[in-house]
Amino acid sequence: MRSPIPLAWLQLSRERIRFTIALAGIAFAVILMFMQLGFQSALYDSAARFHQSLQGELMLISSRSKSLGYMMPFSRRRLYQVLGISGVRSVSPVYVGFGDWKNPERGTYRTIYVYGFDVGDQAINLPEVNQAADLVKLEQNILFDRASRAEYGAIATNFSQGKPIATELNGKTVKVVGLFTLGPSFGADGNIITSTANFLRLFPNRQLSEVTIGLIQLKANADIAAIQAQIAAILPNDIKVLTHQEFIDFEKQYWQTSTAIGFIFTLGVGMGFIVGTVIVYQILYTDVSSHLAESATLQARGYRNWYLLNVVFQEAIILAVLGYIPGLLLSVCLYELTQKATFLPLAMAFDRALLVLLLSLLMCTVSGAIAMRRLRQADPAEIF
Amino acid sequence: MPSLPLVSIRNLNHYFGRGALRRQVLSDINLAIQAGEIVILSGPSGSGKTTLLTLIGGLRSPQEGSLAVLGQELRGATEAQLVDIRRQIGYIFQAHNLLHSLTALQNVQMSVQLHGALVEESDRDRAAAALKAVGLANRLHAYPAQLSGGQKQRVAIARALVCHPRLVLADEPTAALDRKSGRDVVNIMQQLVKEQGCSVLMVTHDHRVLDIADRIVYMEDGQLVKGGSPANHAHAAAEWR
Repeated sequence: MRSPIPLAWLQLSRERIRFTIALAGIAFAVILMFMQLGFQSALYDSAARFHQSLQGELMLISSRSKSLGYMMPFSRRRLYQVLGISGVRSVSPVYVGFGDWKNPERGTYRTIYVYGFDVGDQAINLPEVNQAADLVKLEQNILFDRASRAEYGAIATNFSQGKPIATELNGKTVKVVGLFTLGPSFGADGNIITSTANFLRLFPNRQLSEVTIGLIQLKANADIAAIQAQIAAILPNDIKVLTHQEFIDFEKQYWQTSTAIGFIFTLGVGMGFIVGTVIVYQILYTDVSSHLAESATLQARGYRNWYLLNVVFQEAIILAVLGYIPGLLLSVCLYELTQKATFLPLAMAFDRALLVLLLSLLMCTVSGAIAMRRLRQADPAEIF
Repeated sequence: MPSLPLVSIRNLNHYFGRGALRRQVLSDINLAIQAGEIVILSGPSGSGKTTLLTLIGGLRSPQEGSLAVLGQELRGATEAQLVDIRRQIGYIFQAHNLLHSLTALQNVQMSVQLHGALVEESDRDRAAAALKAVGLANRLHAYPAQLSGGQKQRVAIARALVCHPRLVLADEPTAALDRKSGRDVVNIMQQLVKEQGCSVLMVTHDHRVLDIADRIVYMEDGQLVKGGSPANHAHAAAEWR
């Protein structure tokens, strides 16, 4: 029975304080990477939350539209034209605008997203909204996003307590008659949904005939790709027809390519990686240096060089894995805390967990490889 | 039938440095060590004793002359051949050079695991038996930091001898020890090598331990001086001190 002495583990774990500090350092780097990646995907997800909740297999937008915050309206006739194609069940025009919301408590103003559509015709997958269909048909009535930021006032709290909430939106009186949950995004920190008629009252310079997004609901078993191609063929080039997923990606891609967000967060991940590499390198270098005479002794006794390199490599892997575990657990907790504080859609995703594990292994292997250079200074002829 | 010597050195020269700084440290060394022989290599500091020891141990490559250890010519030998030779030699260093993160038992096991399983016993049992033989049966799980100098050197002896090498190289094994510990260490070493029938080449200044030698070789300025019996030599050592 032969069980080799686990030299890498024994050398690491013998120096308990150094080992703990090393693991804390790696966990820190892992958390840093997780937070950056999490925020990045949360921000992209949050930008497309409204898109996500819309219902329709295909969507029409103006070719000049760039993102939800920069939409060009197009003629409603284009949308009705689509109704002539077989396989199309129904269409819903959606109007999007930025409103000026007055905080009813403090009297301060803040920009808010206002969406207008025929509530109740299943344009949106938010049950609370569809239940309030009759209420929002009445003049001045609106629905308010309870996940909007606190700067708009304690609307959700007051509403739940049964207090009547009336304030100004674009200089006109509005009453909150219901709540829904969407959450803030890049464009604005809050959301309002109302009927098409109310939307047009709030935005007098917008016309019923000029829609922002056209939702197209298809019949069951319809061939989405074929109908998409058919629509693209009959509509002029100033209109784009996208699948639901393409519409979500359209929004995310805008924030990925047209802003520095992607760069900033990738840089953040890179910083975490470098911090981790430096920490692991320091630990491994110190470890190799303090065992240099011992390594030379092992070489003198017939241990080959690769055995010693392998010990350093194993130490790197042990550090990577043992540092990753607390890093992952703490990140999950931090995600939850952040989600509660910001309503950003932060959750641990398997592919992200795997990516960071690989980054952590790479981080430790890179620093291990650099630290191994120190081993060359172990000369068995010098130990006598 | 006379057996071949374990170590056979003929006309060995060795130099350090290059060009104008080239300096000869060993000149025309001729030496043979027979199986079962304890040879002490003595002489003043800087006379080249340690260099000779590292050459025999396969830790340096010979430059001129011939050096054969355990039947293998080391001059021109590959790194892999040198590593093989090293595995067949037991080393005892002046600084014990134990692995600090490992217990006494694990330190000895590190030596056992280098060699294929020769017997049915586990590595652990062999290591424990070797430590018992040096009188450390009750300190198997002590770390080097918890052992005295003499105890550490005894662990080093167990580590060197556990795989029954045919040749043991020792460099000043008693230098860092007090009189009694030093005596204990060489006594254990002498007893074990005699039991196992291996040869020892020991570099030492320590005239207190010269009596364990079968033969003493004396080195000065990189050359071997004609040696003598242990008694003569103890006398000679006292003179030049």
